Amino acid sequence: MENLIEIRWHGRGGQGAKTASLLLADAAFNTGKYIQGFPEYGPERMGAPITAYNRISSSPITIHSNIYEPDYVVVVDDSLLESVDVTAGLKETGAIVINTTKSAEYLKEVLKGYKGEVYTIDARKISEEALGKYFPNTPMLAAIVKVSKIMTDEELLEDMKGSFKHKFAKKPEVIEGNMKALEMALKEVKKI
Amino acid sequence: MSIRERLSGNEAAAIAMKQINPDVVAAFPITPSTEIPQYFSTFVANGTVDTEFVAVESEHSAMSACIGAQAAGARAMTATSANGLSLMWEMIYIASSLRLPIVLSLVNRAVSGPLNIHNDHSDAMGVRDAGWIMLFSENNQEAYDNTLMAHRIAEHKDVMLPLMICQDGFITSHSIENIELEEDEKVKEFVGKYQPEHYLLNREEPIAVGPLDLQAYLFEHKAQQAEAMKNAKKVILEVSEEFEKMTGRKYGLFEEYKLDDAEIAIVCMNSTAGTTKYVVDKLREQGIKAGLLKVRVYRPFPVDEIADALSHLKAVAILDKADSLNAAGGALFEDVTSAMYVKEKYVPAVNYVYGIGGRDTKADDIEGVYNDLSEIAKTGKVENPYRYFGLRKEAK
Repeated sequence: MENLIEIRWHGRGGQGAKTASLLLADAAFNTGKYIQGFPEYGPERMGAPITAYNRISSSPITIHSNIYEPDYVVVVDDSLLESVDVTAGLKETGAIVINTTKSAEYLKEVLKGYKGEVYTIDARKISEEALGKYFPNTPMLAAIVKVSKIMTDEELLEDMKGSFKHKFAKKPEVIEGNMKALEMALKEVKKI
Repeated sequence: MSIRERLSGNEAAAIAMKQINPDVVAAFPITPSTEIPQYFSTFVANGTVDTEFVAVESEHSAMSACIGAQAAGARAMTATSANGLSLMWEMIYIASSLRLPIVLSLVNRAVSGPLNIHNDHSDAMGVRDAGWIMLFSENNQEAYDNTLMAHRIAEHKDVMLPLMICQDGFITSHSIENIELEEDEKVKEFVGKYQPEHYLLNREEPIAVGPLDLQAYLFEHKAQQAEAMKNAKKVILEVSEEFEKMTGRKYGLFEEYKLDDAEIAIVCMNSTAGTTKYVVDKLREQGIKAGLLKVRVYRPFPVDEIADALSHLKAVAILDKADSLNAAGGALFEDVTSAMYVKEKYVPAVNYVYGIGGRDTKADDIEGVYNDLSEIAKTGKVENPYRYFGLRKEAK
């Protein structure tokens, strides 16, 4: 499988990690890729840890297992860092993107010596500023696109504009805020 | 031109149903197939289809309503999973014995108990002797394509049997993947209009459907069902060939993946075949002659063709995603080995029961099976033909 990129999402039920993985699949599909987007279904309830996955490739994808050695990991909720082994199997040539304001020292400790790149973003601040509410999935989507370079910033913004128009057809007032959240996140995700 | 899309397996099945536009859909929701009638009911509500949607109170009623509709002369479809199919069980046999070509989308899930909503094939295996044609689908594309071909096969005058299209619950039903869709008009033309020979609402020909059938003729009627199942094989191939002309996508009774020159091979069904292809490619790069036979048509079972296709191997592993709990191996293993015995083709064979209740099937697991096969190929001996993979060690 040529250029296969595997991504694992960690979030809590209700934060939209599953939706973010589906939006990422959608956006990558629109740039001509082969994609998979699927959550690991369990007894979902609000606040419970959930996992979702993406595979993105320039050739057809046949494998249908969960992802055990991801290129990238996205952590939507930093309270998971101490309870879930988020770097399990994560390739050292890859990266982890965390929604957090915690210190680099703390992250180093909870990531158990992960040697790949670590990126952080304050998705709460971005979301509250852009949307007036805490929906971390939109900024996290932009952050993983920026870090993984699956597509350019412009491709993402262009595609998401179309998706939001469709998704929020009944509440167009939130489109602008979501677009702003994406733009801010693309600028604010940083390597530590 | 096919339309490039991305859909989940459930969406793919629902879109196929929309394009088929059947007269009646009767369904009761059950995970993981719920989305199929859910999406379909929106097509009904929006007027995109002119189907009569019957929101029944149980799966027994869903199948009963389909039987009533189909017997009346309509084209009926439904969808279910696991215990939903269990509750239909009585009517499943009645549908096939009345020779009603109902089409069912079965999103495979473990049959309780204990309660589990995830994928295995125990639901499908429970009705393997019920007289339904059973097609298995590796991914959303195959679930869609098999659904488009379903009515042409089931309604063929030499067949007239109900048909179920299987796909793996969650693994493909809830995964968004690329898919090629066909245009509505092309599908409509391909599927055609249902023209039953005998039906209840034909006032020119009053008939009775499902009367008492005792010692005098039930045997003959069962033999006719069996004959129809034999005929289905040829019809499936004809319809698949026509489908290939329309779409460019080729389907047979099974798919041979790098099997021609293989020395060791796996036989399996549904999504595991995709993961197996990934492993076969990897092993081939290492010079290991691994291959795959993916069963598409499970009923009728292609006995001669499968026996021939496997006969050159040094070792074969048959993977069952349902345990028959019979101390004698899974259903697919029995089917394959029995086919080979009858055809006098001996290849050392081993059975793995795996993936029960949604236990994830990893590429490493599949690679482990090929490693075992390499060992068996060396000696030609199988120490223990009834095995598991993916089972926790402490459970044994």
